[in-house]
Amino acid sequence: MTVQAHEGVKPAKRRFSIDYHTMGPLLALIVLCLVGFVLNPAFLSEGNVTNLLTRSAFIGIIAVGGTFVITAGGIDLSVGSMAAVISGIMIIVMNGAIDTMGVGVQTVLFGCLVSVVLGTAAGFLNGFMTTKGKIEAFIVTLGTMGIYRSLVTYFADGGTLSLDFDIRDVYRPVYYDAVLGVPIPVIVFALVAIVGWVLLNRTAFGRYCMAIGSNETVARYSAIKVDRVKTLTYVIQGLCVSVATIIYVPRLGSASSSTGVLWELEAIAAVIIGGTMLKGGYGRIGGTVVGAIMLTTIGNILNLTDIISNYLNGAVQGVIIIAAVWLQRGNLGHLNIFRRKPSA
Amino acid sequence: MTDAGAQDAAPILAASRVSKSFGEVPVLFSVDFDIRKGEVHALIGENGAGKSTLIKILSGLEAPTSGTVLLDGKPVRLPGNGEAEALGIVVIHQELNLAEHLTVAESIFLGREWRRFGFLRLSDMQAEARKILDALHVHIDVNARINTLSVADKQMVEIAKAISRDARVLIMDEPTAVLSGAEIDAFFEQVARLKAKGVAIVFVSHKLGEVMAISDRVTVLRDGQLIATVETGDLTADSIAEMMVGRELSNLYPPKTEPDVDAPVVLEVRNLVAEGVRDVSFSLRKGEILGFAGLIGSGRTAVMEAVAGLVPREGGSVTLNGEPVHFPSIAEAVKAGMVYMTKDRKGRGLLLNVGLQPNLTLLTLYRHLRGGFLNEASEVEAMERATRRFDIRARDASVKVGQLSGGNQQKLMLGKAMEAEPEIVIIDEPTRGIDVGTKQQIYHIIAALAKEGKSIIVVSSEMQEVIGLSHRVVVMREGRRMGVLEGSEITEGEIMRYAAGLKGENEDDRASA
Repeated sequence: MTVQAHEGVKPAKRRFSIDYHTMGPLLALIVLCLVGFVLNPAFLSEGNVTNLLTRSAFIGIIAVGGTFVITAGGIDLSVGSMAAVISGIMIIVMNGAIDTMGVGVQTVLFGCLVSVVLGTAAGFLNGFMTTKGKIEAFIVTLGTMGIYRSLVTYFADGGTLSLDFDIRDVYRPVYYDAVLGVPIPVIVFALVAIVGWVLLNRTAFGRYCMAIGSNETVARYSAIKVDRVKTLTYVIQGLCVSVATIIYVPRLGSASSSTGVLWELEAIAAVIIGGTMLKGGYGRIGGTVVGAIMLTTIGNILNLTDIISNYLNGAVQGVIIIAAVWLQRGNLGHLNIFRRKPSA
Repeated sequence: MTDAGAQDAAPILAASRVSKSFGEVPVLFSVDFDIRKGEVHALIGENGAGKSTLIKILSGLEAPTSGTVLLDGKPVRLPGNGEAEALGIVVIHQELNLAEHLTVAESIFLGREWRRFGFLRLSDMQAEARKILDALHVHIDVNARINTLSVADKQMVEIAKAISRDARVLIMDEPTAVLSGAEIDAFFEQVARLKAKGVAIVFVSHKLGEVMAISDRVTVLRDGQLIATVETGDLTADSIAEMMVGRELSNLYPPKTEPDVDAPVVLEVRNLVAEGVRDVSFSLRKGEILGFAGLIGSGRTAVMEAVAGLVPREGGSVTLNGEPVHFPSIAEAVKAGMVYMTKDRKGRGLLLNVGLQPNLTLLTLYRHLRGGFLNEASEVEAMERATRRFDIRARDASVKVGQLSGGNQQKLMLGKAMEAEPEIVIIDEPTRGIDVGTKQQIYHIIAALAKEGKSIIVVSSEMQEVIGLSHRVVVMREGRRMGVLEGSEITEGEIMRYAAGLKGENEDDRASA
């Protein structure tokens, strides 16, 4: 019968775990990179690093939006399908606009505008149904996830929607070009993350998200327009999906029913690995960015080495997600090496 | 062992020279405490005196840093996680620990369900639950869901649960904090029953009157030190209070200022109808403290929430400084200069897993923006201001609000409300579950605010509090206003007569108040 102190604050341990909370995901990423480098030195080549960051941009941008939703106590499962349906509609709209607008930047811009409008509207719809309809976010977004997925399949008639080749040439640089050696998707990812960080940490809106996720009733009694703030988090999520879509479409120039499959889970995983609490109340944009890069890194390392089959990518990701959260829950603190001697 | 009398006197559970530190902060210094069979031992002290820590040590939730816990005279190491229940030590926590969606019978047997071949013996358990409740003389349906019960009934379910566990030692942390007068009487009856059965009872309370009425011995803690353990018969409520705070408490309530009958009416509520509120009218003058008395569930909170825009108003009018207002949400009420401080600090008032500063400024974040961005320096300044003004004490800045004592939480909530610089302050249960010393501070703060010209409504189930603070008292019963008392009419007996429905106003009176 051992007796353990279950409650009460142990300042020493707390201080340690706070440090771990903030630095943990980053440390894990660094370790992962070292492993990658040891297994195959090509991992840290400039080409590979740029490729890796570019690929992580989609999930990363979506996950920044997801950080707001989850911090405010919600969840959005529809983002992958939303990305697919927005891609599909963008392609249809741009192809259709060639007759009137011609092949040029204006057509692409028009497509982007459509994407932003759709993203905002889809996000608002999710938010509106959760707040005013008083339906759990899980149910609402599970529903819209199915709706969007089947819509894109319907629009593509079960096949693939392809962007007109002439427009593709105009649009291509958005994904493939770089400014001062930094690929455009990476720049967009960085900008979205910075804006997201400021919004979450330096504005009243961000504080309200945390308050609502922490205790919605307290937030309501504190004169916070809870429904409005929660709806806004879904709108931000929708906007992030639309931005991710805008840089995704020029990559392949097509959309099909398999576009964006499981992105929602990768985005949520990135948010959680980064240290944001799934039940809400505490969110970290920096952690989310690291989380998104980590998920892509795992796949990348598996591609570069033969030790583990690439088909097991999902399994390795799964193990890492669970391990990351296990560590964040302070389980590391129970290991003796990390426990400071209590001063008697 | 042979002498029955000696056995009765021998303590069942005792703490011998126990000390406890959290990290480097000592909270308990070499405290001795024991509980005998069939006695009620009151444990009292201000918030932060170490009562909760002592209870946790006695029930195994915390291990003492030094010293021993003795069960039946033998040193024991109690298992953590509340497994001490198996040894007959049962704790009823201040926040009732019942799963809201379970039925009464399910709650009573939670964790130790009766089974046959792995299946639950549902009807046997229901019958047993019924038997226990009958023995307690409480009439609650064993198949009712917990969330449909009143707080008092929930308390009774907790007690039934403790009995079903064959509790030898029952530790109750402020069991009466949420009960009304009649409910407290019924509760005390059950305590007496248990005592007669030989259960040793530890009773933690801030209500000295109750301590005097129910306990055999009193142990007073102050700042983690044992001050004294005394036979209750040798004490008066005043002498206990003095032991608790270590100073004279003659001026628990600040002197009342003469009400200014010519002061303008700032708030006028007419024929208010809302859920749980039927046709309530009252007015509030500038600089006045208006008390709202009544039993629990009499609709006082519902009135305030309807006035402040927290729940929809179904009828009637609210006039603020002569202008009719309708607040669609509390945000508009705050802008108009009215704040409402909830009685549910933990569920509605404060974010427990967040620090003090974000809590303080949550209501008034708009005051701390510069160019649309949060101005942290301004928030820090507000925190320092509130800490000084309301004497908020926290170990350090990183402490989460959930770890503060009730008194400090209440002061933080006051600070949060006053950040809005309101003209009208509605305080629901200003001192629920907080110690005498902090109570006194809060009473003086309330009186000082009124003197500054703020108009204050105090809703309270502690009659002494309403009487000690208010210029006028509105008494409610079953959602209706029963009467308005003024001056010398404000007595315990008079309030009780209205609250119990023995006296009431006729229709004509109601319209003219």
